[in-house]
Amino acid sequence: MKTFMLPEFIIERSDERCIRCKVCERQCAENVHRYDEELDMMFEDEMNCVGCQRCVVFCPTNALTVRPHPSTYRPNANWTRERLQDLKKQAETGGVILTGSGNDKPYRIYWDHLVLNASQVTNPSIDPLREPMELRTFLGRKPDKLDIEYSEDYEDVDIETELFPNVMIETPIVFSAMSYGAISYNAFKSLAMAAKEYGTLFNTGEGGLPKSLREEYGGNTIVQVASGRFGVDPEYLNVSAVIEIKIGQGAKPGIGGHLPGEKVTINISETRMIPEGTDALSPAPQHDIYSIEDLSMLIYALKEATNYEKPVSVKIAAVHNVAAIASGIVRAGADIVAIDGLRGGTGAAPKIIRDNVGIPIELALAAVDRRLREEGIRHKASILVAGGFRNSGDVIKAIALGADAVYIGTPALVAMGCTLCQKCYTGKCAWGICTQDPYLTRRLNPEIASRRLVNLLRGWSHEIKEMLGGMGINAIESLRGNRDHLRGVGLEEWELNVLGVKGAGE
Amino acid sequence: MKFDIDRRSERYLPTKDIQACGLFGVMNIEGKRFGGEMAIKAIVNMKARGNGLGGGYAVYGLYPEYKDYYAMHIMFQDRNMSAKKKVDEFLAKNFDVVYDEEIPTNPSAKVMYPPLVWRYFVAPKKSEGSLSDDDYVVEKVMHINTSIEDAYVFSSGKDMGVFKGVGFPEDVAEFFMLDEMYEGYMWTVHSRFPTNTPGWWGGAHPFSILDWTVVHNGEISSYGTNRRFLEMHGYYCTLFTDTEVMAYAVDLLMRRQGLPIEIVSKIFAAPMWDLIENMDEKKRKLYTTLRMVYAPLLINGPFTVIVAHHGEMFGITDRIRLRPITAGARGDFVFLSSEEAAIRAVSPKLDLAWTPRGGEPVVVRLKKKDHLLSLKESV
Repeated sequence: MKTFMLPEFIIERSDERCIRCKVCERQCAENVHRYDEELDMMFEDEMNCVGCQRCVVFCPTNALTVRPHPSTYRPNANWTRERLQDLKKQAETGGVILTGSGNDKPYRIYWDHLVLNASQVTNPSIDPLREPMELRTFLGRKPDKLDIEYSEDYEDVDIETELFPNVMIETPIVFSAMSYGAISYNAFKSLAMAAKEYGTLFNTGEGGLPKSLREEYGGNTIVQVASGRFGVDPEYLNVSAVIEIKIGQGAKPGIGGHLPGEKVTINISETRMIPEGTDALSPAPQHDIYSIEDLSMLIYALKEATNYEKPVSVKIAAVHNVAAIASGIVRAGADIVAIDGLRGGTGAAPKIIRDNVGIPIELALAAVDRRLREEGIRHKASILVAGGFRNSGDVIKAIALGADAVYIGTPALVAMGCTLCQKCYTGKCAWGICTQDPYLTRRLNPEIASRRLVNLLRGWSHEIKEMLGGMGINAIESLRGNRDHLRGVGLEEWELNVLGVKGAGE
Repeated sequence: MKFDIDRRSERYLPTKDIQACGLFGVMNIEGKRFGGEMAIKAIVNMKARGNGLGGGYAVYGLYPEYKDYYAMHIMFQDRNMSAKKKVDEFLAKNFDVVYDEEIPTNPSAKVMYPPLVWRYFVAPKKSEGSLSDDDYVVEKVMHINTSIEDAYVFSSGKDMGVFKGVGFPEDVAEFFMLDEMYEGYMWTVHSRFPTNTPGWWGGAHPFSILDWTVVHNGEISSYGTNRRFLEMHGYYCTLFTDTEVMAYAVDLLMRRQGLPIEIVSKIFAAPMWDLIENMDEKKRKLYTTLRMVYAPLLINGPFTVIVAHHGEMFGITDRIRLRPITAGARGDFVFLSSEEAAIRAVSPKLDLAWTPRGGEPVVVRLKKKDHLLSLKESV
């Protein structure tokens, strides 16, 4: 069938600059660039270009420009180019339109409508370059109180209360769930290395933890137990720092996952414990969890399996009654509630789901934190939030709204090279991240990529320290849930009410 | 000026009070009672630390003849007699009131809009097996403070009382005739410099619940975190001041959870992680656990606080020492003050004068020399 689609990108090559080195041809995973020996010319097949910018970055003479294709239909606010293209694509294939990465639609980004406080006169700001500024965070359940025994001179103090397992992280930022299988071994290992070096955690996603990484990086992992139960064995659970039961994901609340068989290479098949080349299908629900009491049974089964030494997290997508669900999760025995918002990323999701299901993480977080406090159980679980965090400003605002720590996925991918072309589901990532093609995965050197990730964590942590110091705070825990340091700008009354934040000037 | 609070969303809660202050406390560790001259003279010496919008005193060992009864000092805004009638009825219903009278005042004192202030000596009237006496009193005090308009409880402890108001502390002392009428073995005093609220008699310090009193200087930047944690434990702030948060935190940790100030001070002014990492293993575990469990009660930003209850008074400043505190001792008298000059003003000769480090409490206890423990941690 002749396609009626327009190309997404236009490739402009400066012939004066082009030296026919063919780097673009080799770098492109979509076979867009082609060298014609007879004519000594480079040609482009624009229809295949996904705009990943790999060729542009690697062109040694900066001869290439790749930008959105100017050809368009008659402008129409309702029938946009994207909608028309989707219709044509569907008419030609009859399928569900897939996409990768997070929701790119212009839903209100509340972080951009929240501003932070700073100290002036009545209390001093603190300079993080000269004084300690502490970001250390503990994830897990805290007791209602501490009972202690102490000697006459208070020098010898014993804690009598039995404590719940907690995990210490050096910055309130952890890497989101990205499974081995969805991303390459090298990308996965880069996250592990960076998490270890910086003293934080990475989430294995639902694809298991390769045996080769268990000993060295196990202590920095959040291992997922998801609906497909891929890669779950006793060692997997016991080497981890945290166990996470994945109920839902912000990019595709209510539906499962599908790793196509062509991505299930021998290594992935070993790690996931499924036959090589078979599709890895994650059901929409966990079929042993149809209710909150079922969830509780799985939480305690996992705790039993790990001798009550690991905090258990439950990850849900932010949906309408997220506060009540989170409260149920805490009462079911979870030590951490992870909430993934409307803008959460994915390797593959139906576009219609990604763009239309779920609620923004800011509102979900504010509602959950408030509900847990009202019920007097906020200390019984840490809150981890995910879904579209773009910079350290978003992170610190989330902490002020009540989060204990923040999951970042997309920023980590971008740090490793990702350009958000949204084609993760094709398995042809030219940056070597979201692919299992050895020709492509070799491009990502874990030594270098992990350095880029550590730099990102360090940069954000420094920025968080600067902002904290500006507010006259020298430990992150004193900002947690401290909405007094936030003000809203350009928000409706109901939005301010849900966020529990005053308007600027109020 | 109590706030009408709309709790549909936290955004309707009033903004908190911002203030700076002068503090002073003195205890005779042998328990001998003495008059108010020292407290008054010391706070006058720190006049620049207040601006005449609030002053107040807490006196311990005040009512030995009624020491078995809760002494309630209750103010009635604008001398509102219908509020008093409601309080009288409420007290009569819930307590045996053994004696009550208007607290005598000097009408010529330079204070603004004095309310009617009454004292009641009461015993709880409650059924067996319910709340403890203390918790019962706390609940009733909270009821008066939140539900009876124009009535506010200054203090509710046994054998102690709070006298406070709008004016410079010496004017408040003159109004209540503290220098001539009362004696106690321990006095704390506060001079207030609010920057964003007009004075209200109930909003002056000391802030008190049962026999606990708090005088506080600072603007804590962790207020929102602290307040929310305390709300979770049933403490609803009604005044929106840092002091209120400090008082509730002390009540929760010390009275309800039974932790000594030596531990509580490490929660309020936790040692830095760098320091904790260099401790021996047992201490490292203790301090790490304290920070982990009580992270929401780390008091961040500048503060100095003097907390007192029967037999004990302690002063502490924040962990990076952004507000001053000085300690001194002479004979059986131990002093805590924002400034050494104020101590010298009442006791020019001192056996000891020292400046504690940030986060190191000076604990003064009856019949004990515990205050000397903080000497080795002094600057």
